[in-house]
Amino acid sequence: MSVDAPGGGGRLLPQSVASDRFRMRRVMIALVILAALLAPLEVYPVFLAKALCFGLFACAFNLLIGYAGLLSFGHAAFFGGAAYVAAHAAKEWGVPPLAAVALGAVAATLLGAVFGGLAIRRQGIYFAMITLALAQMVFFLAVQLPFTHGEDGIQAVPRGTLFGFVSLDDNMSMYYFVLAIFSIGLAVIYRTIHSPFGQVLKAIRENEPRAISLGYRVDRYKLAAFVMSATLAGVAGGTKAIVFQLASLTDIQWQTSGEVILMTLLGGLGTMFGPVVGAFLVVVLENGLAESGLPVSVVTGAIFVVCVLLFRRGLVGEWIGRVRARSP
Amino acid sequence: MMSLLGISSQALFGQLLLGLINGSFYALLSLGLAVIFGMLNVINFAHGAQYMMGAFVAYLLLQFAGIGYWPALVLVPVIIGGFGIVLERTMLCRLYRLDPLYGLLLTFGIAMIIEGLFRYGYGVSGRPYPIPAALQGGYNLGFMFLPVYRAWVVVASLLLCLSTWFAIERTRLGAMLRAATENPVLVQAFGINVPLLVTATYGFGVALAGVAGLLAAPILQVNPLMGSNLIIIVFAVVVIGGMGSILGSILTGFGLGILEGLTKVFYPPASNVVIFVVMVGVLLVKPAGLFGREK
Repeated sequence: MSVDAPGGGGRLLPQSVASDRFRMRRVMIALVILAALLAPLEVYPVFLAKALCFGLFACAFNLLIGYAGLLSFGHAAFFGGAAYVAAHAAKEWGVPPLAAVALGAVAATLLGAVFGGLAIRRQGIYFAMITLALAQMVFFLAVQLPFTHGEDGIQAVPRGTLFGFVSLDDNMSMYYFVLAIFSIGLAVIYRTIHSPFGQVLKAIRENEPRAISLGYRVDRYKLAAFVMSATLAGVAGGTKAIVFQLASLTDIQWQTSGEVILMTLLGGLGTMFGPVVGAFLVVVLENGLAESGLPVSVVTGAIFVVCVLLFRRGLVGEWIGRVRARSP
Repeated sequence: MMSLLGISSQALFGQLLLGLINGSFYALLSLGLAVIFGMLNVINFAHGAQYMMGAFVAYLLLQFAGIGYWPALVLVPVIIGGFGIVLERTMLCRLYRLDPLYGLLLTFGIAMIIEGLFRYGYGVSGRPYPIPAALQGGYNLGFMFLPVYRAWVVVASLLLCLSTWFAIERTRLGAMLRAATENPVLVQAFGINVPLLVTATYGFGVALAGVAGLLAAPILQVNPLMGSNLIIIVFAVVVIGGMGSILGSILTGFGLGILEGLTKVFYPPASNVVIFVVMVGVLLVKPAGLFGREK
């Protein structure tokens, strides 16, 4: 149900075509990095930072669905849970921003271990329902626990200073802080899916009984992937809380779980950069819709339907498919 | 007035009744989900939205056509079931050969569209729907006051559940359905129109959700969000019960409703999460669900 990132098969091509494509890829990567560095000069940095947070969130989610084939409907619990913990740590304990994000990620990791341990006991469709139900339980806890401040959420979270001298109150330095976290997160994911561990995950996705018969303890691999995905979702959520200086019920409600699925599906399940593209598009779209007064959920629901019916590989997946079809 | 552990019998039985009513909705909805899943291998995320549509269609029929509760009891399932059949024929039927997760994603999108449209049109405030004249009032049973309509909801949904069970387990059509669930290719080879059976099953499951919405309309107010709040709990109910057995779904639905009602009496803060806690417990002890036969 997914497409891999290009590359790998280059050796089979004639030398010139292969090196051409390799060069093109390097140029493209350089352009993307340049664009990421220069973007805040043109576009409002907080908006970009938001898109990067959701991009990382979607990539974390994609690690699970795209590579291990597990559909979690409860990732908002990790994103929102980490946002609450990071916001609380930064505001009530006066922890510096990086440590606040780390604490959020630790909370998400623990939550992920619990969720994962329970949910991998069932498969497929049940897995999705269990994660959704567990996340809803966390949502109800967030409504009732005193430290989350109910409907108000944790507001006016201080952004703090990085390493004691870079003030994140400046939107520009905030953006580069987020960009750095995003890049590290993406690098971790890239390394994971291109490691033997990632190959085993793919094997489980493609044919679980065969992976078992080859001697892999698939439950451990699934749990590891789940916890890792939760941790990275937590990093994204904690960062988001610092950027917006806010953690609220919106971050943890089931609609957010749906949103991250939409981003990943739109960009391309199982593609390295698809979720980032999807996240940017959805964030831009929601911004536009918020101004137009049109109902957001109708439009996003319609995109869901169109994606599932017409292009299940997502934008990036379709694009990769087309490039591959054209080359010899 | 009698009292138990310092809780008045009025409060205790009142909450028990409320739990029983919630349980009726859990049972009706999880039954529909189970029937659909058995046949289509799709978890119908739009089930909650279709339940909400049932309530709204009844409300609109009354507002604009003056059609009351009793005719609505026939019209609502026909309209909602018809809507389901259109969905199945135009969209869901394209996904049967794919991973069942795509069915979940598609119906999730459909649920968002339906809910968003109703929220856009009618806001989030609840709209009252009157109790039909014949079911107004109530009886004083001595230990509690029993409103007639609430008793009717419990009885009606029990009847619906049991007749569904009878239709599937004890009739010829039900036998075909169960056979087609086990092996659709073989059943088709015997000359039974399986695609028609699939469409009819989806229409029926969705119609059940619509009726549940109509039953709920006079108790809970008609509200665009009433479905999405419910569907996640129903998912947990389905995980607890397992989707293998019809009677199991009914039993689990009512049982969990009652448990939730009791929690509201004895420890109100936990009433929101008690069903999820039970789900966790069941997953730890019997991962396939109480009545499940997974693998």
